[in-house]
Amino acid sequence: MSELVVDGVGRTFAGVRGGAPTVALTPIALEVADNDFITILGPSGCGKSTLLRIVAGLDRPTVGRVLLDGVEVSEPGADRGMVFQSYTLFPWLTVEQNVRFGLNETGVPAVEQARMARHWIHKVGLDGFERHYPRMLSGGMQQRTAIARALANRPKILLLDEPFGALDHQTRGLMQELLLALWENEKTTVLFVTHDIEEAIFMAGRVVVMSARPGRVKADVAVPLAHPRHYTVKTTPAFSDLKARLTEEIRAEALKVEGAGIATA
Amino acid sequence: MKPLVPVSRARKVALGVGFFVVFVAAWSFATFGGFVSRTFLADPVTMLREGYALFAQYGFAKDVGITVWRVLGGFVIAAILGVPLGIAMGAFKPIEAFFEPFVSFARYLPASAFIPLLILWAGIGEAQKLLVIFIGVFFQIVLMVAVIVGSTRRELVEAAYTLGAGPRGIVQRVLLPNAAPQIAETLRLVLGWAWTYVIVAELIGASSGIGHMITDSQALLNTGQIIFGIIMIGLIGLVSDFAFKGANQKLFPWSLA
Repeated sequence: MSELVVDGVGRTFAGVRGGAPTVALTPIALEVADNDFITILGPSGCGKSTLLRIVAGLDRPTVGRVLLDGVEVSEPGADRGMVFQSYTLFPWLTVEQNVRFGLNETGVPAVEQARMARHWIHKVGLDGFERHYPRMLSGGMQQRTAIARALANRPKILLLDEPFGALDHQTRGLMQELLLALWENEKTTVLFVTHDIEEAIFMAGRVVVMSARPGRVKADVAVPLAHPRHYTVKTTPAFSDLKARLTEEIRAEALKVEGAGIATA
Repeated sequence: MKPLVPVSRARKVALGVGFFVVFVAAWSFATFGGFVSRTFLADPVTMLREGYALFAQYGFAKDVGITVWRVLGGFVIAAILGVPLGIAMGAFKPIEAFFEPFVSFARYLPASAFIPLLILWAGIGEAQKLLVIFIGVFFQIVLMVAVIVGSTRRELVEAAYTLGAGPRGIVQRVLLPNAAPQIAETLRLVLGWAWTYVIVAELIGASSGIGHMITDSQALLNTGQIIFGIIMIGLIGLVSDFAFKGANQKLFPWSLA
Protein backbone atom coordinates (compact mmCIF):
# COMPACT_ATOMS: atom_id res chain seq x y z
CA MET A 1 0.00 0.00 0.00
CA SER A 2 1.36 3.38 -0.87
CA GLU A 3 -0.23 6.23 0.89
CA LEU A 4 0.80 9.84 0.83
CA VAL A 5 0.26 11.97 3.88
CA VAL A 6 0.86 15.70 3.75
CA ASP A 7 1.01 16.60 7.41
CA GLY A 8 0.70 20.32 8.13
CA VAL A 9 3.10 21.29 5.37
CA GLY A 10 3.74 25.03 5.03
CA ARG A 11 6.33 26.95 3.12
CA THR A 12 7.53 30.48 3.67
CA PHE A 13 10.10 32.06 1.40
CA ALA A 14 12.56 34.44 3.02
CA GLY A 15 12.07 38.09 2.13
CA VAL A 16 14.28 39.56 -0.56
CA ARG A 17 16.73 42.16 0.80
CA GLY A 18 15.16 42.42 4.22
CA GLY A 19 11.61 42.54 2.80
CA ALA A 20 8.74 40.72 4.41
CA PRO A 21 8.83 36.94 3.93
CA THR A 22 6.34 35.47 1.47
CA VAL A 23 3.98 32.80 2.71
CA ALA A 24 3.54 30.47 -0.27
CA LEU A 25 1.72 27.77 1.58
CA THR A 26 -0.11 27.95 4.90
CA PRO A 27 0.08 24.58 6.65
CA ILE A 28 -1.83 22.05 4.60
CA ALA A 29 -3.10 18.61 5.47
CA LEU A 30 -3.89 16.17 2.72
CA GLU A 31 -4.14 12.42 2.42
CA VAL A 32 -3.89 10.50 -0.79
CA ALA A 33 -4.88 6.87 -0.65
CA ASP A 34 -3.36 4.11 -2.72
CA ASN A 35 -4.26 4.31 -6.43
CA ASP A 36 -6.05 7.63 -6.06
CA PHE A 37 -5.98 10.12 -8.87
CA ILE A 38 -6.03 13.53 -7.21
CA THR A 39 -5.90 16.84 -9.01
CA ILE A 40 -4.87 19.97 -7.21
CA LEU A 41 -6.71 22.89 -8.74
CA GLY A 42 -5.86 26.49 -8.06
CA PRO A 43 -5.13 29.88 -9.59
CA SER A 44 -1.56 30.86 -10.48
CA GLY A 45 0.57 31.54 -7.46
CA CYS A 46 -1.52 29.56 -5.00
CA GLY A 47 1.44 27.42 -4.04
CA LYS A 48 0.20 24.24 -5.72
CA SER A 49 3.48 23.73 -7.53
CA THR A 50 5.36 24.43 -4.30
CA LEU A 51 3.33 21.70 -2.61
CA LEU A 52 4.14 19.26 -5.41
CA ARG A 53 7.84 20.14 -5.27
CA ILE A 54 7.84 19.50 -1.54
CA VAL A 55 6.25 16.08 -2.08
CA ALA A 56 8.90 15.39 -4.74
CA GLY A 57 11.62 16.40 -2.28
CA LEU A 58 12.84 19.21 -4.55
CA ASP A 59 11.84 21.79 -1.95
CA ARG A 60 11.78 21.59 1.85
CA PRO A 61 8.75 22.60 3.91
CA THR A 62 9.20 25.33 6.50
CA VAL A 63 6.86 23.42 8.82
CA GLY A 64 5.26 20.00 8.70
CA ARG A 65 6.31 16.87 6.88
CA VAL A 66 5.41 14.61 4.02
CA LEU A 67 5.11 10.88 4.59
CA LEU A 68 5.07 8.27 1.87
CA ASP A 69 4.20 4.82 3.20
CA GLY A 70 5.00 6.16 6.64
CA VAL A 71 8.50 7.25 5.70
CA GLU A 72 9.30 10.94 5.85
CA VAL A 73 10.33 12.55 2.56
CA SER A 74 13.64 14.38 2.88
CA GLU A 75 15.08 14.38 -0.63
CA PRO A 76 14.04 13.51 -4.17
CA GLY A 77 13.94 9.83 -5.03
CA ALA A 78 12.91 7.33 -7.66
CA ASP A 79 9.79 6.38 -5.68
CA ARG A 80 8.22 9.74 -6.60
CA GLY A 81 8.26 10.20 -10.37
CA MET A 82 7.68 13.68 -11.66
CA VAL A 83 6.61 15.24 -14.95
CA PHE A 84 7.29 18.94 -15.28
CA GLN A 85 5.46 21.66 -17.17
CA SER A 86 8.59 22.61 -19.09
CA TYR A 87 10.18 20.04 -21.39
CA THR A 88 12.75 18.15 -19.38
CA LEU A 89 13.78 15.31 -21.67
CA PHE A 90 17.55 15.08 -21.89
CA PRO A 91 18.25 16.46 -25.36
CA TRP A 92 21.38 14.34 -25.84
CA LEU A 93 19.48 11.08 -25.30
CA THR A 94 17.06 9.38 -27.65
CA VAL A 95 13.51 8.60 -26.58
CA GLU A 96 14.55 5.10 -25.53
CA GLN A 97 17.62 6.32 -23.65
CA ASN A 98 15.51 8.93 -21.89
CA VAL A 99 13.04 6.29 -20.73
CA ARG A 100 15.95 4.14 -19.54
CA PHE A 101 17.61 6.98 -17.62
CA GLY A 102 16.07 6.22 -14.25
CA LEU A 103 16.37 2.45 -14.68
CA ASN A 104 20.05 2.90 -15.39
CA GLU A 105 20.43 5.14 -12.34
CA THR A 106 18.81 2.57 -10.06
CA GLY A 107 20.95 -0.27 -11.40
CA VAL A 108 18.40 -2.29 -13.38
CA PRO A 109 20.13 -4.84 -15.69
CA ALA A 110 20.44 -3.73 -19.33
CA VAL A 111 18.18 -6.45 -20.73
CA GLU A 112 15.44 -5.54 -18.29
CA GLN A 113 15.94 -1.85 -19.09
CA ALA A 114 15.39 -2.49 -22.77
CA ARG A 115 12.28 -4.55 -22.08
CA MET A 116 10.78 -1.92 -19.75
CA ALA A 117 11.61 0.89 -22.16
CA ARG A 118 9.87 -0.96 -25.00
CA HIS A 119 6.85 -1.60 -22.78
CA TRP A 120 6.41 2.02 -21.71
CA ILE A 121 7.17 3.53 -25.09
CA HIS A 122 4.42 1.31 -26.44
CA LYS A 123 2.06 2.34 -23.64
CA VAL A 124 2.38 6.04 -24.53
CA GLY A 125 2.05 5.25 -28.24
CA LEU A 126 5.55 6.14 -29.37
CA ASP A 127 6.49 2.91 -31.14
CA GLY A 128 8.87 3.70 -33.95
CA PHE A 129 10.23 6.83 -32.25
CA GLU A 130 12.75 5.03 -30.01
CA ARG A 131 15.77 6.46 -31.82
CA HIS A 132 14.45 10.01 -32.16
CA TYR A 133 16.06 12.84 -30.27
CA PRO A 134 13.71 15.11 -28.27
CA ARG A 135 14.14 18.05 -30.63
CA MET A 136 12.59 15.96 -33.41
CA LEU A 137 9.42 15.44 -31.36
CA SER A 138 6.31 17.56 -30.95
CA GLY A 139 5.49 18.99 -27.52
CA GLY A 140 2.88 16.31 -26.88
CA MET A 141 5.29 13.52 -27.82
CA GLN A 142 7.93 14.97 -25.54
CA GLN A 143 5.53 14.99 -22.61
CA ARG A 144 4.43 11.44 -23.42
CA THR A 145 8.06 10.39 -23.31
CA ALA A 146 8.43 12.20 -20.00
CA ILE A 147 5.46 10.27 -18.61
CA ALA A 148 6.93 6.99 -19.87
CA ARG A 149 10.28 7.93 -18.34
CA ALA A 150 8.67 8.59 -14.96
CA LEU A 151 6.48 5.47 -15.00
CA ALA A 152 9.30 3.15 -16.14
CA ASN A 153 10.80 3.64 -12.68
CA ARG A 154 7.65 2.13 -11.17
CA PRO A 155 7.24 4.99 -8.71
CA LYS A 156 4.87 4.70 -5.76
CA ILE A 157 3.35 7.99 -6.81
CA LEU A 158 3.38 9.98 -10.02
CA LEU A 159 3.56 13.77 -9.62
CA LEU A 160 2.57 15.97 -12.54
CA ASP A 161 3.04 19.73 -12.51
CA GLU A 162 0.77 21.17 -15.23
CA PRO A 163 2.37 18.77 -17.71
CA PHE A 164 0.05 19.74 -20.57
CA GLY A 165 0.11 23.48 -19.89
CA ALA A 166 2.26 24.31 -22.89
CA LEU A 167 0.25 22.20 -25.35
CA ASP A 168 -2.50 23.33 -27.67
CA HIS A 169 -6.09 22.61 -26.69
CA GLN A 170 -6.64 19.56 -28.92
CA THR A 171 -3.35 17.90 -27.99
CA ARG A 172 -4.06 18.60 -24.35
CA GLY A 173 -7.40 16.77 -24.60
CA LEU A 174 -5.74 13.74 -26.18
CA MET A 175 -3.01 13.72 -23.53
CA GLN A 176 -5.63 13.75 -20.76
CA GLU A 177 -7.29 10.72 -22.32
CA LEU A 178 -3.95 8.95 -22.64
CA LEU A 179 -2.99 9.62 -19.03
CA LEU A 180 -6.42 8.62 -17.77
CA ALA A 181 -6.33 5.38 -19.76
CA LEU A 182 -2.85 4.65 -18.40
CA TRP A 183 -4.09 5.18 -14.87
CA GLU A 184 -7.23 3.07 -15.42
CA ASN A 185 -5.01 0.21 -16.61
CA GLU A 186 -2.05 0.55 -14.27
CA LYS A 187 -3.68 1.98 -11.15
CA THR A 188 -0.86 3.98 -9.74
CA THR A 189 -1.24 6.88 -7.34
CA VAL A 190 -1.30 10.21 -9.14
CA LEU A 191 -1.06 13.79 -7.91
CA PHE A 192 -1.79 16.17 -10.74
CA VAL A 193 -1.46 19.96 -10.45
CA THR A 194 -3.42 22.16 -12.85
CA HIS A 195 -5.27 25.43 -13.16
CA ASP A 196 -7.58 24.00 -15.84
CA ILE A 197 -10.95 23.11 -14.31
CA GLU A 198 -12.07 20.71 -17.04
CA GLU A 199 -8.76 18.90 -16.91
CA ALA A 200 -9.00 18.66 -13.14
CA ILE A 201 -12.46 17.06 -13.22
CA PHE A 202 -11.99 14.80 -16.24
CA MET A 203 -9.14 12.75 -14.83
CA ALA A 204 -9.57 12.96 -11.08
CA GLY A 205 -11.27 10.88 -8.45
CA ARG A 206 -10.95 13.91 -6.19
CA VAL A 207 -10.30 17.57 -6.87
CA VAL A 208 -8.52 19.54 -4.19
CA VAL A 209 -9.18 23.25 -4.67
CA MET A 210 -6.56 25.60 -3.32
CA SER A 211 -7.04 29.22 -2.39
CA ALA A 212 -5.03 32.13 -3.66
CA ARG A 213 -1.91 33.35 -1.88
CA PRO A 214 -1.26 32.25 0.74
CA GLY A 215 -2.23 28.79 -0.45
CA ARG A 216 -4.45 26.55 1.61
CA VAL A 217 -7.01 23.86 0.84
CA LYS A 218 -10.34 25.53 0.14
CA ALA A 219 -12.43 22.58 -0.94
CA ASP A 220 -12.02 18.86 -1.43
CA VAL A 221 -14.51 17.64 -4.03
CA ALA A 222 -15.10 14.01 -4.98
CA VAL A 223 -15.74 13.33 -8.67
CA PRO A 224 -18.42 10.62 -8.83
CA LEU A 225 -18.04 9.85 -12.54
CA ALA A 226 -17.72 6.21 -13.48
CA HIS A 227 -14.60 4.69 -15.05
CA PRO A 228 -13.54 4.06 -17.74
CA ARG A 229 -14.28 7.62 -18.75
CA HIS A 230 -14.71 8.58 -22.34
CA TYR A 231 -14.00 12.12 -23.47
CA THR A 232 -17.75 12.60 -24.09
CA VAL A 233 -18.20 12.63 -20.31
CA LYS A 234 -17.19 16.29 -20.54
CA THR A 235 -20.59 17.10 -22.06
CA THR A 236 -22.73 15.27 -19.46
CA PRO A 237 -24.86 17.23 -16.95
CA ALA A 238 -22.99 15.72 -13.99
CA PHE A 239 -19.72 17.02 -15.42
CA SER A 240 -21.23 20.44 -16.11
CA ASP A 241 -22.55 20.72 -12.55
CA LEU A 242 -19.13 19.96 -11.12
CA LYS A 243 -17.54 22.38 -13.51
CA ALA A 244 -19.97 25.14 -12.55
CA ARG A 245 -19.30 24.56 -8.88
CA LEU A 246 -15.53 24.52 -9.22
CA THR A 247 -15.57 27.50 -11.56
CA GLU A 248 -17.30 29.48 -8.83
CA GLU A 249 -14.69 28.41 -6.25
CA ILE A 250 -11.77 29.23 -8.50
CA ARG A 251 -13.25 32.49 -9.71
CA ALA A 252 -13.50 33.76 -6.16
CA GLU A 253 -9.83 32.93 -5.67
CA ALA A 254 -8.69 34.43 -8.96
CA LEU A 255 -10.49 37.64 -8.07
CA LYS A 256 -8.55 37.86 -4.82
CA VAL A 257 -5.34 37.86 -6.81
CA GLU A 258 -6.37 40.10 -9.68
CA GLY A 259 -8.28 42.56 -7.49
CA ALA A 260 -11.92 43.32 -6.98
CA GLY A 261 -11.96 45.86 -9.78
CA ILE A 262 -12.90 43.23 -12.34
CA ALA A 263 -15.85 41.97 -10.33
CA THR A 264 -17.48 45.35 -9.96
CA ALA A 265 -16.72 46.49 -13.47
CA MET B 1 17.63 42.06 -48.18
CA LYS B 2 15.35 41.18 -45.27
CA PRO B 3 16.68 40.63 -41.76
CA LEU B 4 17.50 37.03 -40.77
CA VAL B 5 16.33 35.47 -44.05
CA PRO B 6 18.68 32.55 -44.82
CA VAL B 7 20.70 32.31 -48.05
CA SER B 8 21.06 29.23 -50.24
CA ARG B 9 24.19 27.12 -49.89
CA ALA B 10 25.52 28.02 -53.35
CA ARG B 11 25.02 31.74 -52.76
CA LYS B 12 26.64 31.49 -49.36
CA VAL B 13 29.77 29.92 -50.84
CA ALA B 14 29.85 32.41 -53.72
CA LEU B 15 29.56 35.35 -51.35
CA GLY B 16 32.23 33.96 -49.04
CA VAL B 17 34.68 33.39 -51.89
CA GLY B 18 33.69 36.75 -53.35
CA PHE B 19 35.18 38.65 -50.47
CA PHE B 20 38.53 36.90 -50.88
CA VAL B 21 38.47 37.85 -54.57
CA VAL B 22 37.72 41.50 -53.76
CA PHE B 23 40.44 41.49 -51.13
CA VAL B 24 43.12 40.11 -53.46
CA ALA B 25 41.96 42.43 -56.26
CA ALA B 26 42.30 45.49 -54.03
CA TRP B 27 45.70 44.30 -52.90
CA SER B 28 46.82 43.72 -56.51
CA PHE B 29 45.51 47.12 -57.55
CA ALA B 30 47.41 48.86 -54.77
CA THR B 31 50.70 47.04 -55.42
CA PHE B 32 50.78 46.47 -59.19
CA GLY B 33 49.32 49.93 -59.76
CA GLY B 34 52.31 51.36 -57.95
CA PHE B 35 50.26 53.12 -55.28
CA VAL B 36 52.22 51.48 -52.47
CA SER B 37 55.99 51.14 -52.25
CA ARG B 38 57.20 47.54 -52.70
CA THR B 39 59.46 47.98 -49.74
CA PHE B 40 56.45 48.13 -47.47
CA LEU B 41 53.98 45.85 -49.20
CA ALA B 42 54.80 43.05 -51.61
CA ASP B 43 52.35 42.23 -54.40
CA PRO B 44 50.45 38.89 -54.35
CA VAL B 45 52.67 37.25 -56.98
CA THR B 46 55.87 38.13 -55.15
CA MET B 47 54.29 36.90 -51.97
CA LEU B 48 53.54 33.51 -53.54
CA ARG B 49 57.04 33.32 -55.03
CA GLU B 50 58.59 34.11 -51.68
CA GLY B 51 56.34 31.55 -50.07
CA TYR B 52 57.50 28.90 -52.52
CA ALA B 53 61.11 29.85 -51.83
CA LEU B 54 60.49 29.58 -48.11
CA PHE B 55 59.36 25.99 -48.45
CA ALA B 56 61.81 24.99 -51.21
CA GLN B 57 65.00 26.64 -49.94
CA TYR B 58 64.63 27.63 -46.31
CA GLY B 59 62.90 24.59 -44.83
CA PHE B 60 59.82 26.55 -43.79
CA ALA B 61 57.84 23.32 -43.37
CA LYS B 62 59.90 22.64 -40.26
CA ASP B 63 58.98 26.06 -38.86
CA VAL B 64 55.31 25.47 -39.55
CA GLY B 65 55.54 22.05 -37.95
CA ILE B 66 57.20 23.34 -34.80
CA THR B 67 54.65 26.15 -34.44
CA VAL B 68 51.71 23.78 -34.86
CA TRP B 69 53.29 21.48 -32.30
CA ARG B 70 53.66 24.34 -29.81
CA VAL B 71 50.09 25.50 -30.26
CA LEU B 72 48.69 22.02 -29.85
CA GLY B 73 51.01 21.24 -26.93
CA GLY B 74 50.13 24.35 -24.92
CA PHE B 75 46.46 24.11 -25.85
CA VAL B 76 46.12 20.42 -24.97
CA ILE B 77 47.86 20.83 -21.61
CA ALA B 78 45.64 23.81 -20.77
CA ALA B 79 42.52 21.91 -21.85
CA ILE B 80 43.42 18.74 -19.95
CA LEU B 81 43.86 20.71 -16.74
CA GLY B 82 41.36 23.49 -17.36
CA VAL B 83 38.28 21.57 -18.49
CA PRO B 84 38.05 19.29 -15.41
CA LEU B 85 38.68 22.23 -13.08
CA GLY B 86 36.02 24.24 -14.88
CA ILE B 87 33.56 21.36 -14.62
CA ALA B 88 34.26 20.97 -10.91
CA MET B 89 33.75 24.71 -10.39
CA GLY B 90 30.55 24.76 -12.40
CA ALA B 91 29.10 21.75 -10.59
CA PHE B 92 30.17 22.43 -7.02
CA LYS B 93 29.66 25.90 -5.62
CA PRO B 94 32.26 25.70 -2.78
CA ILE B 95 34.94 24.79 -5.33
CA GLU B 96 33.81 27.70 -7.46
CA ALA B 97 33.90 30.06 -4.48
CA PHE B 98 37.46 28.90 -3.75
CA PHE B 99 38.93 29.32 -7.25
CA GLU B 100 36.73 31.81 -9.03
CA PRO B 101 38.14 35.09 -7.62
CA PHE B 102 41.71 34.09 -8.36
CA VAL B 103 40.97 32.73 -11.82
CA SER B 104 39.05 35.90 -12.69
CA PHE B 105 42.06 37.92 -11.63
CA ALA B 106 44.55 35.71 -13.43
CA ARG B 107 42.50 35.88 -16.60
CA TYR B 108 43.37 39.54 -16.98
CA LEU B 109 47.10 39.01 -16.62
CA PRO B 110 48.40 39.41 -20.16
CA ALA B 111 50.28 36.30 -21.21
CA SER B 112 52.68 38.32 -23.33
CA ALA B 113 53.76 40.33 -20.29
CA PHE B 114 54.93 37.08 -18.73
CA ILE B 115 57.37 36.38 -21.56
CA PRO B 116 60.40 38.15 -20.01
CA LEU B 117 59.74 36.40 -16.71
CA LEU B 118 59.19 33.05 -18.39
CA ILE B 119 62.46 33.43 -20.28
CA LEU B 120 64.21 33.92 -16.94
CA TRP B 121 62.49 30.87 -15.50
CA ALA B 122 62.38 28.47 -18.40
CA GLY B 123 64.92 29.83 -20.87
CA ILE B 124 64.01 30.20 -24.52
CA GLY B 125 63.27 26.53 -25.12
CA GLU B 126 60.00 24.79 -25.79
CA ALA B 127 58.88 24.88 -22.16
CA GLN B 128 58.75 28.67 -22.29
CA LYS B 129 56.63 28.69 -25.48
CA LEU B 130 54.20 26.17 -24.02
CA LEU B 131 53.96 28.18 -20.82
CA VAL B 132 53.06 31.38 -22.66
CA ILE B 133 50.23 29.61 -24.45
CA PHE B 134 49.18 27.85 -21.26
CA ILE B 135 48.93 31.11 -19.31
CA GLY B 136 47.12 32.71 -22.20
CA VAL B 137 44.35 30.13 -22.48
CA PHE B 138 44.15 28.11 -19.25
CA PHE B 139 42.27 30.64 -17.13
CA GLN B 140 39.91 31.47 -19.98
CA ILE B 141 39.05 27.79 -20.44
CA VAL B 142 38.44 27.31 -16.72
CA LEU B 143 36.07 30.26 -16.43
CA MET B 144 34.16 29.60 -19.63
CA VAL B 145 33.68 25.90 -18.83
CA ALA B 146 32.57 26.76 -15.29
CA VAL B 147 29.95 29.16 -16.63
CA ILE B 148 28.72 26.62 -19.20
CA VAL B 149 28.37 23.81 -16.66
CA GLY B 150 26.83 26.13 -14.06
CA SER B 151 24.16 27.32 -16.46
CA THR B 152 22.65 23.87 -16.96
CA ARG B 153 18.86 24.17 -16.87
CA ARG B 154 17.65 23.55 -13.32
CA GLU B 155 14.70 21.52 -14.56
CA LEU B 156 16.97 18.95 -16.21
CA VAL B 157 18.84 18.48 -12.95
CA GLU B 158 15.61 18.25 -10.98
CA ALA B 159 14.14 15.75 -13.44
CA ALA B 160 17.24 13.60 -12.99
CA TYR B 161 16.89 13.79 -9.19
CA THR B 162 13.27 12.60 -9.38
CA LEU B 163 14.46 9.70 -11.54
CA GLY B 164 16.72 8.54 -8.73
CA ALA B 165 20.03 10.13 -9.72
CA GLY B 166 22.55 10.95 -7.01
CA PRO B 167 25.24 13.69 -7.10
CA ARG B 168 27.52 11.47 -9.17
CA GLY B 169 24.80 10.67 -11.68
CA ILE B 170 23.90 14.35 -11.94
CA VAL B 171 27.47 15.31 -12.82
CA GLN B 172 28.22 12.40 -15.13
CA ARG B 173 24.90 11.92 -16.84
CA VAL B 174 23.40 15.40 -16.86
CA LEU B 175 25.92 18.21 -16.40
CA LEU B 176 28.66 16.66 -18.55
CA PRO B 177 26.66 15.60 -21.61
CA ASN B 178 24.65 18.81 -21.44
CA ALA B 179 27.77 20.98 -21.41
CA ALA B 180 29.86 18.92 -23.85
CA PRO B 181 28.87 20.64 -27.13
CA GLN B 182 29.38 24.11 -25.69
CA ILE B 183 32.69 23.10 -24.12
CA ALA B 184 33.85 21.82 -27.52
CA GLU B 185 32.74 25.10 -29.06
CA THR B 186 34.68 27.02 -26.41
CA LEU B 187 37.80 24.98 -27.09
CA ARG B 188 37.47 25.78 -30.80
CA LEU B 189 37.40 29.47 -29.94
CA VAL B 190 40.30 29.25 -27.50
CA LEU B 191 42.45 27.37 -30.00
CA GLY B 192 42.34 30.53 -32.11
CA TRP B 193 43.67 32.55 -29.19
CA ALA B 194 46.47 30.03 -28.69
CA TRP B 195 47.64 30.93 -32.21
CA THR B 196 47.99 34.56 -31.20
CA TYR B 197 50.06 33.68 -28.18
CA VAL B 198 52.39 31.29 -29.98
CA ILE B 199 53.35 33.95 -32.52
CA VAL B 200 53.95 36.50 -29.76
CA ALA B 201 56.14 33.95 -27.98
CA GLU B 202 58.05 33.24 -31.19
CA LEU B 203 58.61 36.91 -31.98
CA ILE B 204 60.68 37.17 -28.82
CA GLY B 205 63.52 34.79 -28.16
CA ALA B 206 62.90 31.95 -30.58
CA SER B 207 65.12 30.25 -33.14
CA SER B 208 62.39 28.48 -35.07
CA GLY B 209 58.71 28.71 -35.90
CA ILE B 210 56.52 30.91 -38.07
CA GLY B 211 56.90 33.88 -35.71
CA HIS B 212 60.67 33.58 -35.83
CA MET B 213 60.61 33.55 -39.62
CA ILE B 214 58.50 36.71 -39.57
CA THR B 215 61.02 38.57 -37.36
CA ASP B 216 63.87 37.41 -39.60
CA SER B 217 62.05 38.62 -42.70
CA GLN B 218 61.41 41.97 -41.09
CA ALA B 219 65.16 42.46 -40.70
CA LEU B 220 65.53 41.72 -44.42
CA LEU B 221 62.60 43.98 -45.37
CA ASN B 222 61.03 40.95 -47.08
CA THR B 223 57.34 41.83 -46.77
CA GLY B 224 56.40 39.01 -49.16
CA GLN B 225 57.63 36.43 -46.65
CA ILE B 226 55.98 38.21 -43.74
CA ILE B 227 52.63 38.28 -45.48
CA PHE B 228 53.03 34.68 -46.57
CA GLY B 229 53.71 33.69 -42.95
CA ILE B 230 50.63 35.54 -41.74
CA ILE B 231 48.44 33.97 -44.42
CA MET B 232 49.88 30.57 -43.55
CA ILE B 233 48.68 31.03 -39.96
CA GLY B 234 45.27 32.05 -41.23
CA LEU B 235 45.04 28.95 -43.43
CA ILE B 236 46.04 26.59 -40.64
CA GLY B 237 43.49 28.29 -38.40
CA LEU B 238 40.80 27.85 -41.04
CA VAL B 239 41.60 24.15 -41.46
CA SER B 240 41.61 23.47 -37.72
CA ASP B 241 38.37 25.37 -37.37
CA PHE B 242 36.70 23.25 -40.03
CA ALA B 243 38.06 20.10 -38.42
CA PHE B 244 36.73 21.17 -35.02
CA LYS B 245 33.33 22.07 -36.42
CA GLY B 246 33.08 18.79 -38.29
CA ALA B 247 34.10 16.82 -35.23
CA ASN B 248 31.55 18.65 -33.07
CA GLN B 249 28.73 17.92 -35.49
CA LYS B 250 29.73 14.25 -35.57
CA LEU B 251 30.12 13.97 -31.80
CA PHE B 252 26.96 15.85 -30.86
CA PRO B 253 24.32 15.07 -33.48
CA TRP B 254 21.53 15.98 -31.04
CA SER B 255 22.77 19.53 -30.69
CA LEU B 256 21.63 22.20 -33.12
CA ALA B 257 24.88 24.14 -32.79
